[in-house]
Amino acid sequence: MTPRLTRRRFIKSVIFSGAALSTGAGFYLTSAQTRQAGAVERLVSLNINGRTRRVDVMPQETLAYTLRYKLGLTGTKIGCNRGECGSCTVTISDVTHYACSTLTHSVKDKAVMTVEGLRAEDGTLHAVQAAFIAELSPQCGFCTPGQIMSAVALLKTNPRPTRDEARQALSGNLCRCGAYDHYLNGVMRASGQLS
Amino acid sequence: MAGYDNMPDMELYQPVQIDDALALAARLAERGWLVGGGQDTYGWIKDRAKRPEALIDLNGIESLRGIRETEDGIEIGALTTLTELATNPIVNERYSLLSKAASVVASPQIRNAGTVGGNLVQDVRCWYYRRGLDCYRAGGNLCYADTPEAQNREHAIFEASRCVAVTPSDTGPALVALEAQMVITSANGTRVVPAESFFVGPEINIVKTTVLREGEILTAVRIPAKWANAEFYHEKVADRNVWDFALVSIAGALRIEGGNIVESSIVCGAVQCTPRRLTSVERAIQGQPRNEATATLVAGMASQGASPLNQNGFKIPLMDNLVTKLLTA
Ligand SMILES: Cc1cc2nc3c(=O)[nH]c(=O)nc-3n(C[C@H](O)[C@H](O)[C@H](O)COP(=O)(O)OP(=O)(O)OC[C@H]3O[C@@H](n4cnc5c(N)ncnc54)[C@H](O)[C@@H]3O)c2cc1C
Ligand code: SF4
Ligand code: FES
Ligand code: FES
Repeated sequence: MTPRLTRRRFIKSVIFSGAALSTGAGFYLTSAQTRQAGAVERLVSLNINGRTRRVDVMPQETLAYTLRYKLGLTGTKIGCNRGECGSCTVTISDVTHYACSTLTHSVKDKAVMTVEGLRAEDGTLHAVQAAFIAELSPQCGFCTPGQIMSAVALLKTNPRPTRDEARQALSGNLCRCGAYDHYLNGVMRASGQLS
Repeated sequence: MAGYDNMPDMELYQPVQIDDALALAARLAERGWLVGGGQDTYGWIKDRAKRPEALIDLNGIESLRGIRETEDGIEIGALTTLTELATNPIVNERYSLLSKAASVVASPQIRNAGTVGGNLVQDVRCWYYRRGLDCYRAGGNLCYADTPEAQNREHAIFEASRCVAVTPSDTGPALVALEAQMVITSANGTRVVPAESFFVGPEINIVKTTVLREGEILTAVRIPAKWANAEFYHEKVADRNVWDFALVSIAGALRIEGGNIVESSIVCGAVQCTPRRLTSVERAIQGQPRNEATATLVAGMASQGASPLNQNGFKIPLMDNLVTKLLTA
């Protein structure tokens, strides 16, 4: 490797990590300097998938952003970022929400569950995940984490839904591949109504 | 205009006492923005079409939540979610018109977050305006939706005044039909406004859809016992069942005694900037039975005086047919 290349690599890495660092520091300072009395503290504890995570959260940050870009939980997808597709669906206190349309600061005292949190300690998949695999529910898979979270929330309150109840419960999750019936088959299988 | 994924830097306040929220709302005035479920809010801010400097998140204020019985009906806290409205046993039993209207808003996830306060106060959905164009409603001096080439299939057929946007709220028409009262609080006290005069059209205020002033918070909605357990009819016509605003909706309450309608309250959504009460129809059906003959008697009455734009003439028969369906259901 020539010294030049090495140097270029070095500069690149400095630019990347340096930029990231100064952005973070910039945000922190801005809000530390201008934070009005009563405005939110940026350093917060979140309860994500049963674990407590300490995160520096901007006041205007969405949960989808925090999950994906601060906590590395990229299972939660961002499709539209406007509450119009459902690919960012997570549960907050067992209720489905669009993470793209939720302020992270509003979930501080609540249990957030993402698709990464469903698997048991020993690696066993959640019944919904297993059923979606058995029924070949996903096509491209982009909407799948959101569909899973909606199905998980449904079965928690209604363990044996009718197909129509399942359709209603998943109606806030768009599937561009049109695999709706396959997801519904998955919900029916997960609830033990399809062998 | 570009859409952005992240919201710009802002302050966020999360008061837990209503008094603190009122003090913040008064201090920040037009620089602040109240947040219920945020489902109408974040799109505006991500698109940079509205630029508040601080968000006042009302979610920590417990006194704004829940549904209580009162001496004359029920009181619904402004932060009650649409899902709660759709599933609450008291609302379902006595005012199923409202639970039905709440159950057809947007999608399950939006109903889980969206509040009744936000649903009532939400801004119009005209896409020219929401894209950040400088139309009348945004303080400019033209309407992009009222030109020969404009895409105005969803817009108003009544009471337009420069702006031709319609009321987007699904709970609004139901609450006007139930003759609800809006409880509005500010640092200076509380005032109570009938639902019908809570909403204002462009001839009164072209930049706001309600009577709320800076510093005021809608704290509760009261529904009088008057219409409890009446006969109700609700229908929302939209292009798709989820995530879609009404093309026309109808919310009606009828009292029937001895086979005849003694009193009624019928309201259409999405035909003008405010929920439109069909007073001429209400008067004409009084004393008549709820049947086909009465529907024929009032055929065409609901849409009288409508002035459609290029693409929304279909709203005229749609409105009339919804009245027929209400009377023959
Ligand atoms: C994809 C999509 C589809 C939708 N479809 C529908 C639909 O079919 N029908 C329908 O009716 N709506 C629909 N909506 C609009 C809206 O998001 C929801 O109706 C929701 O109820 C808004 O409530 P919120 O609490 O989330 O509002 P927020 O965004 O929190 O607030 C909306 C507005 O009201 C103000 N506000 C909120 N609470 C108060 C209060 N207590 N006092 C004074 N002002 C207050 C806010 O400052 C803001 O200006 C849709 C939205 C989206 C994104
Ligand atoms: S209808 Fe109203 S909101 Fe839409 S472009 Fe015209 S003035 Fe603006
Ligand atoms: S990314 Fe949240 S609903 Fe589309
Ligand atoms: S599987 Fe492709 S979007 Fe649903």
